[in-house]
Amino acid sequence: MTDEKKRPKIILEPDQRKQLVNIQRRLMIKSGLTLGAVSMLTGCNMQDGDEVDKVLWAMSRWNDRVQGWLFSGQKLAQTYSADQITKPFRFNAYYPEYNVPEIDIPNYRLEVSGNVQKKAPWTLEQLQRLPQSSQITRLICIEGWSAIGQWSGVPLKTFLENIGADLNCKYVGFKCDDRYYSSIDMATALHPQTILALDFGGKPLPPDFGYPLRLRMPTKLGFKNAKHIGAIFVTDNYPGGYWEDQGYNWYSGI
Amino acid sequence: MRKKRIHPWPVRVCHWVNLLVMIGMVMSGWGIYNADPIFSFTFPQSATLGGWLGGNIGWHLAVMWVLAANGLFYVLWGLFSGHFKQRFFPFTPSSVWHDFVGALRLRLSHKSNQYNAVQKLMYVGVLLLGLLLVLSGLSIWKPVQFSGLVYLMGGFTIARYVHFFAMSGIMLFVIVHVVMVLLVPKTLPAMITGGKAVANKPGDSADD
Repeated sequence: MTDEKKRPKIILEPDQRKQLVNIQRRLMIKSGLTLGAVSMLTGCNMQDGDEVDKVLWAMSRWNDRVQGWLFSGQKLAQTYSADQITKPFRFNAYYPEYNVPEIDIPNYRLEVSGNVQKKAPWTLEQLQRLPQSSQITRLICIEGWSAIGQWSGVPLKTFLENIGADLNCKYVGFKCDDRYYSSIDMATALHPQTILALDFGGKPLPPDFGYPLRLRMPTKLGFKNAKHIGAIFVTDNYPGGYWEDQGYNWYSGI
Repeated sequence: MRKKRIHPWPVRVCHWVNLLVMIGMVMSGWGIYNADPIFSFTFPQSATLGGWLGGNIGWHLAVMWVLAANGLFYVLWGLFSGHFKQRFFPFTPSSVWHDFVGALRLRLSHKSNQYNAVQKLMYVGVLLLGLLLVLSGLSIWKPVQFSGLVYLMGGFTIARYVHFFAMSGIMLFVIVHVVMVLLVPKTLPAMITGGKAVANKPGDSADD
């Protein structure tokens, strides 16, 4: 959400994508095999399902596991002082800024489902009454840029405890009101710096940065920090994610 | 006296595996760089691997395991076989200067089995650059879990520059390396077949 590329290439339908790659491959074969072997591999982009792509996906699953082992539920991300905050903060989404969704705030409800005891939806006021936590941390985008911001809201652990979530489940999933979706591992969900942010820079989240509710965790890449969250679910079935299903590494821990 | 080849088999295997690893890492890395360039240029799309950022990263983080395995094997073998000690050391600033001047005057022999001081410096230097590249890469990949590394690099933002310049340094080495092979082509078959067996100096370890 916070950091995806607006390349028209990604917007191509899968069929179109495949066609384009096939054309490129035919040209490559024609142009001979000098650097052809390498050039043909450039078509292996984790989106065609060819043999090389299967290996890349398998490696990505392996990287998920390694990152799970490396992750320390106690280790805190570096925090910064107020004067180190990046201004202005960079907008990023899988759509341009003018397509930021409009959300009917008075009727906003956070839906809860999956392996939880209390499935009643939450209003913003109810979320605001839960214990709050604030952080000034660095958001690191998968593209490489980073920015320091201030977020505050309900620790996800507190929220999960409140809804009686089965904390032995593997995944916490998020559905967003801009049709984005993502999911994280339970260890990260319980990390003390993982929060359901209501505020950005001391004020309610602006539309550009995920109002009225977003996920904020400094232990994962930006795109995992889902914005405009409308529903949360707890599950053992791998839920994937918008970018994750296209080839971004699912764990994407930092 | 025992004999060994100019390039023992571990050197040859690691060398050619490393060639493929570097093509994979550099091309995918350039694609990642292009997603958010830190300078005012980008690399041509045809020089990148993976098609889009997700593919670039997929390649980069897959090939890195081959890099790690190959690099670890080479470094451990080089240390414990005495290969590094025998081939890369000793060299001194004055010997490097002497051989550098000699090379510029084209009066320096480029022997396959014994490196001059400039070569020794270059090979040790590129190994150190490789180490820097791996450490800066780890600190970009896991800045929270490896926060100590990030601190050593001078922060996350600077670590990206360190990673870039270490890559550039290695690319510079590759250019010089390939030019030297073109100037002294007889070195190439030796890296493929191992070359003729040559007499070991007393005290050297034999391993082939």
